[in-house]
Amino acid sequence: MSTLSSTSNPASAPGRRRTKPGSGAPRKRAKGRPVWEEPPTLIGRFGKSTVLTVVVLAVVVPLYAIILTSVSSEGAITRAGGTLVLVPDGLSLGAYRQIFSNGVVSRAVVVSVVLTAVGTAVSMVLSILAAYALSRARSVGHRFFLGMMIFTMFFGGGLIPGFLVVTSLHGYDQYWALILPSCISVFNILIMRGFYQATAQEMIDAARIDGAGDWRILWSIVLPTTKAVTAVMTLFYAVGYWGSWFNTLLYMPFDNSKWPLSYVLYEYVNLGAKMPGMDTGGATVQHQIAPPFAISMAVVVLTLLPILIVYPFLQKHFTKGMLTGAIKG
Amino acid sequence: MAVMAEGPAVPEEARPKSEAPSRERRSQKGTEPIPADRRRLNFRARLRRDRSLIIMITPVVLLLLVFNYLPMFGTVSAFEYYDPIYGFFHSNFIGFKNFTDLFGDANFWHAFQNTLVLSLVQLVLYFPIPIFLAILLNTVISTKLRSFIQAVVYLPHFFSWVLVITIFNQMLGGAGLLNQFLRRHHMATWNIMSNGGMFKYLITFQAVWKEAGWGIIVFLAALAAIDPALYESAAVDGASRWRRTWHITLPGMRGMIVLMLVLRLGNALNVGFEQMLLQRQAVGPQHAEVLDTFAYYYGIGNGNFGYGAAAGLFKGVISLILIYAANKAAHRLGEDGLYRK
Repeated sequence: MSTLSSTSNPASAPGRRRTKPGSGAPRKRAKGRPVWEEPPTLIGRFGKSTVLTVVVLAVVVPLYAIILTSVSSEGAITRAGGTLVLVPDGLSLGAYRQIFSNGVVSRAVVVSVVLTAVGTAVSMVLSILAAYALSRARSVGHRFFLGMMIFTMFFGGGLIPGFLVVTSLHGYDQYWALILPSCISVFNILIMRGFYQATAQEMIDAARIDGAGDWRILWSIVLPTTKAVTAVMTLFYAVGYWGSWFNTLLYMPFDNSKWPLSYVLYEYVNLGAKMPGMDTGGATVQHQIAPPFAISMAVVVLTLLPILIVYPFLQKHFTKGMLTGAIKG
Repeated sequence: MAVMAEGPAVPEEARPKSEAPSRERRSQKGTEPIPADRRRLNFRARLRRDRSLIIMITPVVLLLLVFNYLPMFGTVSAFEYYDPIYGFFHSNFIGFKNFTDLFGDANFWHAFQNTLVLSLVQLVLYFPIPIFLAILLNTVISTKLRSFIQAVVYLPHFFSWVLVITIFNQMLGGAGLLNQFLRRHHMATWNIMSNGGMFKYLITFQAVWKEAGWGIIVFLAALAAIDPALYESAAVDGASRWRRTWHITLPGMRGMIVLMLVLRLGNALNVGFEQMLLQRQAVGPQHAEVLDTFAYYYGIGNGNFGYGAAAGLFKGVISLILIYAANKAAHRLGEDGLYRK
């Protein structure tokens, strides 16, 4: 129970593209089908492409429809029967103008951005430090701290005692209650620790001989050689904070001026509550106000957008090497 | 969970022994490294040597103490008539009354039963899908196409449950795209989102949509570790595509499949808390009440904290037993499971 078992070899780390075990040479897949492999049957080929197309469409179509609807004019939405628009048919940015002139949503965007930035920074700094400390085997208390962390993965006090602890620390309606209780993912720390342990010992030894301490080694050797895992973990934490909804439900469900975007999405789109400020003076003058449905979809898009923007940018780190020739060079 | 296998999780036993000397060198910064038996260092010297490591880990340890370990002691509230005014220490201690009430509560057993049923349905219907998709994706020859598909199917993993449920509502809900289509073609509408009987399949479908793509990562890693020469020699020996899949691919994934199964079984009582909470209203508690939502609604919703804490503690203990049992089973199968023996 001392350690999570190693479930794969380093070759399967996210940064290493499919490599042939042993040789380390990239498997030559791009060249096409190997000679010994028989060509697939027509049915097999058709079935495979159908399944994969359906899988891709199942993700792409809803996103496409929601984004399109959020920029559709009222006429387009009415013609689509009041639901999602699938074919572009009259565009309008009215919904976005509307939600940004409305206090609730624009405030929620600011809250979410700040919450995500601060939370991710706290989580990453603490996780990196802890992962590094745990990656130095045989340091004082190393086993004890590791065991203490892993135990929290198997057993917890449960929802209610956690809630009672936070509220008795006066966390109710405080932003720190949305960050601190859940800012540490032991699981992420263990993954980072795995990468830090795989950092070439020769480099660390060399740095030690040159007089570097642990802070220096972490900053100048371990972190630069594990950028990929840092990027991926940052993504994980940031996505967690950005979508965090339950903590708001627990600790600040009443004050809508403090809500992050995901809670605004829940309250006004999922539950369908009326957004304050949306009906002031506009309900009768229909051509001046964006259709409520487009507004809802615009809120959905706002929660989607940062993920869609950051995702392809960070995805390259999945494919980047872990140790880009630091030793050989 | 899926990420577990990604890291080059080097087991401690396999760490190169070169680490030991490096420890000693630390204590003589800037001087020639003098090999010395590190065990001779007494505790205070080691503490001095590792002080920066201790400083590094302190914040996380403190946070875990406050927000993970304190609540464990806070489970004492499960044995109290907990009153926020009096707190953990001064609330009325009532022994096992919360538990006897709980075990006599039909709603609680109903939530327990729902949890098990939903978990079982997810296990049967969800679990094989990432394995199947990974094998399928692995046969796609074009690298570009493969990474495009991967990028697309990983994406929903990064959406929050609020977002996923919203998207599902817009697609399949009463006012959603599907029903609009049915109405337009004069067919009977079918509101899956608030259909209690369909709920277990609906949430499985949602879980598949959100997580199945991400779930293939670990299986792709397992597939990449299979020696391609095996396929070649099997093909030369006349093994068909199916036989190669059966005799090479699946055995090659066996360890990963067992590990994922162990994780799933150990997590059998976690059936998607946010997912349930978000849809409990739409389909009604008789279908969507699980142990977690029970604890939430009875504990925080009704302010009966001790009662909710008792339900939570019950779940925690059963989960611990499940993890233990699942790992025992994995060890029996000759696999590592979540931890080693």
